[in-house]
Amino acid sequence: MTTLDNLAPPAPAAPATARADAPIRRELGVVNVLSHGFLLFWGAVTVLPLLWMVISSFKSNAEILADPWGLPGALRFDNWARAWTGAHIGQYFLNSLVVVTGSVTLTMLTGATAAYVFARYEFRGRQLLYYLFVGGLMFPVFLALVPLFFVVRNAGLFNTWTGLILVYAAYSLPFTVFFLTAFFRTLPTSVAEAALVDGCGHFRLFFQVMLPMARPGMISLGIFNFLNHWNQFLLPQVLMQGDESKWVLAQGLAALSVDQGYAGDYAQLFAGLTIAVVPVLLVYVAFQRQVQSGLTAGQLK
Amino acid sequence: MKHGKYPLIATFLVPPVLLYVVFVVSPYLQAFQISTTDWLGYSAEANPVGLANFKALWHDDYVWNALKNNAILLALVPVLTIVLGLFFATMLNMGGRKGRAGVTGVRGSAVYRTVYFFPQVLSVVIIALLWKEVYHPSKGLLTSAMNAVGLSAPTWLGDPRTAFWCVLAVMIWSNVGFYVVLFGAAMASVPKEIYEAVMLDGASRLTTLWKVTIPLLWDTVQVAWVYLAIFALDGFILVQLMTNGAPNFSTDVIGVRMYDTAFGTETKFGYASAIGVVMFFLTLSVAVLALRMGKRDRIEYS
Repeated sequence: MTTLDNLAPPAPAAPATARADAPIRRELGVVNVLSHGFLLFWGAVTVLPLLWMVISSFKSNAEILADPWGLPGALRFDNWARAWTGAHIGQYFLNSLVVVTGSVTLTMLTGATAAYVFARYEFRGRQLLYYLFVGGLMFPVFLALVPLFFVVRNAGLFNTWTGLILVYAAYSLPFTVFFLTAFFRTLPTSVAEAALVDGCGHFRLFFQVMLPMARPGMISLGIFNFLNHWNQFLLPQVLMQGDESKWVLAQGLAALSVDQGYAGDYAQLFAGLTIAVVPVLLVYVAFQRQVQSGLTAGQLK
Repeated sequence: MKHGKYPLIATFLVPPVLLYVVFVVSPYLQAFQISTTDWLGYSAEANPVGLANFKALWHDDYVWNALKNNAILLALVPVLTIVLGLFFATMLNMGGRKGRAGVTGVRGSAVYRTVYFFPQVLSVVIIALLWKEVYHPSKGLLTSAMNAVGLSAPTWLGDPRTAFWCVLAVMIWSNVGFYVVLFGAAMASVPKEIYEAVMLDGASRLTTLWKVTIPLLWDTVQVAWVYLAIFALDGFILVQLMTNGAPNFSTDVIGVRMYDTAFGTETKFGYASAIGVVMFFLTLSVAVLALRMGKRDRIEYS
């Protein structure tokens, strides 16, 4: 990103520029101090709430109430244990993992196959179908909420993970198809032609030649969809209302927050939130370049 | 070719199309139809009532109140987020001092970028719940900090005068980092010769930002605007979890209104679908408007 680093300093061509130099340098100095000030400030604003959450997850409830800014007297991992088992955060975590694994796989599979056909094959109704998918980008999910509830219920998928998986995938298709169609179009046609000439079938061509070539796009979009599905709240809240044992993490955390309001177990809430944040943080730090490009790719297209 | 392309087209298209039509297209179409009925509940009959729901909406003060809040969000969230995003991205990409008039990033810009972006990968649920605690009137981070320096703090989310602004602040907090990275990437793709030339001509940083960077980034800014506008029309999760529209409906937004109408204390499905239809047309017109108003001559520099 700091590609401008290696910039050669412009040659001090004429003595006339020397006079103009001083104000520029002064301006730069001020800008530099100011910019670090602002940058540090926003960094603190971003980090402080999160840091506070982690620290509070180790404190006792008495400590939290007495001094919100204080440090814990000891590392109380029993808060974490209470959140993990008592508030079933562990269970919800695994539920989310199951649902999201299923939904991302389904999204990528159906999205990639559809996109590939749209990008590479001519057939009647192609335009129409393509715009049917992409048109979905304009509709807010709120509009579909009431009928969707009944579609899912009538299909016998209410309160099931299968229902969530199918719905997540269906609502991710517009963007996935849009993005991957554009991506498949950028791949060179010569490779595919050569493979076909060599007697490669259409199916083998896709799975063994085109899909591997589309890896960068698939990874970006996989990350994008993963985070989207992992963070879903509205859809599970409507489609997974009853059975608490099948809730996803977002629902479990929301319920934990409500309970905490009555029980006053703040430490447990902070521990629950921290448990939910830590894996995301680890994945983010490990793959931040991919995550950032995956999430921004959609907009920069 | 061993076999034709049609087996592949069929196998590849049928599952996604089926999935999409059943769970996306059909609900959307049904929503328009349901919005013209008086459907009240799980088994009650749905009678066609024409546009009665929409007429009722027009006179529904709660809906207007929610829409007013969305309008304020729409006016402020995109502007503030984009300004902050551009500001920090500029600082990170060109705030440095290396070289005489060279354009470099500040030291540690990669670290800043990593930190700023992080809220974007967090679930909105976590952000909402965390900030609800930050705003807590007795044990929250903010109140105790203000008390420590001898200031009396408001009750934040408990006070109708402050609650809305508290939610708005969280919206900006959670979005800025994303746009810092987005704008930063766009800035990095601007050829450095342009900046060299501008610097040689003696332009100040502010002029450079205003006259060179922003015009070159205009496409990106415009897309950001559309996304943020759509975001501002939603705000459902944050509001529902932080305040659920309280106190006294001061933080209510249209999404929460719709959810409560359909799945809250009452199950007015017809009426809720009408709200959904309104949301659809609002989102659509805001997106179209943002794209129209932002129209400028494209600047190519490749």
